Amino acid sequence: MSLAGLRQGKPEHAGHGEAGEQPHEVAADIHFAAPFSKENAGMDESVPGGAYNFAYLDEETKRMIRRAILKGIAIPGYQVPFASREMPMPYGWGTGGVQVSAACLTPDDSFKVIDQGADDTTNAVSIRKFFERTAGVETTERTAEATVIQTRHRIPETPLTEGQILVYQVPIPEPLRFLEPRETETRRMHALEDYGLMHVKLYEDIARHGEIATAYAYPVKVEGRYVMDPSPIPKFDNPKMEMAAIQLFGAGREQRIYAIPPYTRVVSLDFEDHPFVAGKAPHDCALCGASDTYLDEIITDDAGSRMYVCSDTDHCATRQEAAA
Amino acid sequence: MIALEGGFADVPVEASRAFRAVLEAMARPGRIEAVTGAQAPGLSVAASVVALTLIDGTTPVFLAEDVDSPALRQWLAFHTGAPVVARGAAMFALGGWAALGPLGAYAQGTPEYPDRSATLIVEVQRLENAGAKLTGPGIEREAWLNLPEVEAFLANRAQFPLGVDFIFCAGDRLAGLPRSTRVEG
Repeated sequence: MSLAGLRQGKPEHAGHGEAGEQPHEVAADIHFAAPFSKENAGMDESVPGGAYNFAYLDEETKRMIRRAILKGIAIPGYQVPFASREMPMPYGWGTGGVQVSAACLTPDDSFKVIDQGADDTTNAVSIRKFFERTAGVETTERTAEATVIQTRHRIPETPLTEGQILVYQVPIPEPLRFLEPRETETRRMHALEDYGLMHVKLYEDIARHGEIATAYAYPVKVEGRYVMDPSPIPKFDNPKMEMAAIQLFGAGREQRIYAIPPYTRVVSLDFEDHPFVAGKAPHDCALCGASDTYLDEIITDDAGSRMYVCSDTDHCATRQEAAA
Repeated sequence: MIALEGGFADVPVEASRAFRAVLEAMARPGRIEAVTGAQAPGLSVAASVVALTLIDGTTPVFLAEDVDSPALRQWLAFHTGAPVVARGAAMFALGGWAALGPLGAYAQGTPEYPDRSATLIVEVQRLENAGAKLTGPGIEREAWLNLPEVEAFLANRAQFPLGVDFIFCAGDRLAGLPRSTRVEG
């Protein structure tokens, strides 16, 4: 598409090498947002979503998000405010994660999306299709083959490696929010490293239930400085956060981005006499037999029958294939 | 007309690849990444690419004496629209190490908003994994990078989470040094 065509608001077809109809004085060789995917699918108006910029967001927005990501990387665990955009999906569907993914994706990436560990749920399927259309990226369900993985509420069982990026969808990024509703106060508490309130909360858990009852979104301390909400992943996943991949967190409605660089110390808060335990259901997976994975409890009839299966569908399917 | 040249030919794609290189460099201090696609008058390819990838009309820029020129100002104005300002007002700074200082003159962030701090894009002669020892977030055990000095980075690390962040550029290669990295001489 040429700059001249854009200025005139004229839709051009497929935009390349059409020097014939350049109106007036704008230089004909100014090349503007040329092909971004195989066969220029993104500029093809027969492809839904094809009229959008690469990865949907405009370049100025992506630069703003990229700057926020870099500051997040430089200050691990600190929540960087960013000018979150409205996305073509409702808040709560991963608008923060989608914006972070859009700012990170290149046409060479292999993109995977999981929702509670599964590749085939509505949320995961629709986000995967969104980037297939707007970024023309390859998508995959294989954790090991993906370079960018967007996740809602799980960390894949397969250990992530260098060269991979894990993008979390975050509903409430502020770990202190349910203890202190005022943003001005929580910000000051982070500035002063005043996390006593969080320890009181965990202590009250113990006083009431005999143990720390928080099972998901279990707070962590990053590199000995910021207390951070790991998003609503089960606490089973907390120890995995010390990993070789880059972890980025996007909260769209709350307009925050934060990050954990690779090999960063991530410690789940606890007490000496009540140490952190990464719990899971005391069963093996009914499908693949794994004893070391996080399990979903599936109700199978009206009589209370149930089975426990891996929440990570790729990991479970890979194990079943290997056993078959 | 030199101002019109040296930009990305294919902005969304080249900027995305450049950002990934900068992200990897910043997330893994000591890692040296290669980039391509931009050439500003008087800047290295890497510094030009970083400028196009991160700088725009919303990010005031400081130009150190050794790189400041009418040609560079025109190039920045055409490709980024960034206002050129003094050190204290800048979100990004461009130049050689000696001309960029003193570091204390730049925005260091505030205790509530440590992200409101400058990023320095530093031109250096060469980049190699030798010299100063780096440890901290992003580094499994230890990494090495030839830094222009050590004391300034010790002082910068000492005020964590405040401080400034660095992207070192030499030719078409770049390396990151976030404020979180511990530097030993």
